[in-house]
Amino acid sequence: MSGNTLTRSDLSEAVYREVGLSRNECAQLVESILDKISEALVNGDSVKISSFGTFTVRAKGARMGRNPKTGEEVPIDPRRVLVFRPSHILKDRVNEGNGT
Amino acid sequence: MIKSELIQQIADDNPHLFQRDVERIVSTVFDEITAALSRGDRVELRGFGAFSVKTREARLGRNPRTGESVPVPEKVVPFFKTGKDLRERMNKEPAG
Repeated sequence: MSGNTLTRSDLSEAVYREVGLSRNECAQLVESILDKISEALVNGDSVKISSFGTFTVRAKGARMGRNPKTGEEVPIDPRRVLVFRPSHILKDRVNEGNGT
Repeated sequence: MIKSELIQQIADDNPHLFQRDVERIVSTVFDEITAALSRGDRVELRGFGAFSVKTREARLGRNPRTGESVPVPEKVVPFFKTGKDLRERMNKEPAG
């Protein structure tokens, strides 16, 4: 594994190479894709991107947790968590690429 | 929301772009993330979340039908960790 980290700028650079738009506009488009996905998830909707994966929002109930350092019991409020389920295509591509 | 709806929303906000270009733009973003993960790279999108890969060690599994032991080879799985901003926003507004 190479261990590099990509950021928004790498994604917008890839978009820039793909279409004939300015770098600035490509960056804005990447941002608006992330915004639209976030908006749907905040509204409690799931987001399914075929051949990539599905983001779903799960509601977790209240429970008692424990501070691992002090052993003290602390209540954990009900909350919503995001779960990403990769598609088979993504899983297969990741396995092929990483030599397994 | 599915991919085509995402594309439609972006297209609606950008009437100067052809629909087919918006499709390419959206696909490029996910293809780029996929390519990064298949190289073993991370993709960190501040505020949204981070995609990375985790290695699952080889283990001895069992065929649930026959009870027979079968070796399961090491594999690499994609993983997503929600960003702080998104996690907070999901819990601020009332459930949809």
